[in-house]
Amino acid sequence: MSVKIILFGRLADIAGDSVSVDNVADTDSLVDSLNKRYPQLATTKYVIAVDKQVVTKNTVLNKKSMVALLPPFSGG
Amino acid sequence: MKDQNLYERYHRQVILPEFGEEGQQKLLEARILVIGAGGLGCPALQYLVAAGVGTIGIVDDDVVALNNLHRQVLYSVNDIGLSKAKRAAHILQQLNPEIKIISYNQRLVTQNALTLIDDFDIIIDGTDNFSTRYMINDACVLLNKPLVYGAISQFEGQVSVFNPKPLKGGNEAVNYRDLFPDPPREGEVLNCAEAGVLGVLPGIIGTMMANETIKLITGIGEPLTGQLFTYNALNNQVYTLHLSARKETRSLIPKSKKEFLQIDYEWLCASPVQQAEIDSDIFNGMVAKGNIDVIDVRELHEMPAVNEFNHIRIPLAQLADNAALIKSDTVIAFCQSGKRSLQAANILSGIFGDRKKIYSLRGGIVEWKKLKQTV
Repeated sequence: MSVKIILFGRLADIAGDSVSVDNVADTDSLVDSLNKRYPQLATTKYVIAVDKQVVTKNTVLNKKSMVALLPPFSGG
Repeated sequence: MKDQNLYERYHRQVILPEFGEEGQQKLLEARILVIGAGGLGCPALQYLVAAGVGTIGIVDDDVVALNNLHRQVLYSVNDIGLSKAKRAAHILQQLNPEIKIISYNQRLVTQNALTLIDDFDIIIDGTDNFSTRYMINDACVLLNKPLVYGAISQFEGQVSVFNPKPLKGGNEAVNYRDLFPDPPREGEVLNCAEAGVLGVLPGIIGTMMANETIKLITGIGEPLTGQLFTYNALNNQVYTLHLSARKETRSLIPKSKKEFLQIDYEWLCASPVQQAEIDSDIFNGMVAKGNIDVIDVRELHEMPAVNEFNHIRIPLAQLADNAALIKSDTVIAFCQSGKRSLQAANILSGIFGDRKKIYSLRGGIVEWKKLKQTV
């Protein structure tokens, strides 16, 4: 199963503003897979949203899931 | 609103059926505190003042600099070196002499935050650093004050409304810590000085913050409560996500004013271990002596390029994996402003312990180049 992910801010500089990840069943395995592909993501802070809802616990994904990764911004 | 002059000033919004004289009256009675009179604060202030918010407080301890003017559009070259809070109050009072503007030329710190915030109805966060943002969030939760939040980086912005009153449908109030529970450590994110920002972006985001504030005061429309709105200025993509209150968040926020005063917000967002920082003079001396490894921990594309001294390039995120490249017993890390290099020094200390002497160049390569030019 392939899941589409959109990335914001500095995360997009690291991995591009949109990536697809294959064979991931939940958000934990998605993060593992992304960290292997983009080691810099492992040391970058972000929040995960699935279908526009922020998730904080491991969340099951399906092929229609829309995942977004957003970093905090401090600028003003 | 019997005064004919006032009627004429606000006429174009008073004739809106949803707004009316009632909406105008609510604005005139409102007390709004804008923290940070910078990129976000300037446009937010201009529209709130123009709209007729009755009392506006402006908190900022900074002075106007030339590199502010591309985005902080209230100020002009004549204001350089002058207090932002005072200049903003003076300029805005000319736009609308009918309202009360109070300037606080001071830094918001735990000691004054609760008193200042408690004196206003709605708080606008236009600050430029995480320690103040977390402090404002916690104070607003503690004092039950609605907080209009906006933040920017490079070409993207975020807007939200936290702790709204009253809450619709029995939902629990959401605050910034429901989104990002803990502040990032130094180096985990770039600040504006390091990352850059398109001048018009805070204009858009700050104006949206003014709009959210006006909706909160007058009760019209649907404010961004429980939602995080994000905007990308390059492709006009908008992405809004929904937030929910989390039980764990409550444990992160101080329970009382006394507890709030004991939190060191600067420390929360700083490096865990203070590493030795060296200034440009000491740095030059050490480079001349040799037997050191100098590491540029910036991303590979970052400018300015450095060709004045030998160094190796290992971006911060790859530092831990590439520590084996560092051979000398003395190591100096540098970056753009001296922040990420401090984190690099911490990472290297964790790896090498006492086996190597590890330093960070204070002020970064930007400061170093500036001093070199003046010598």
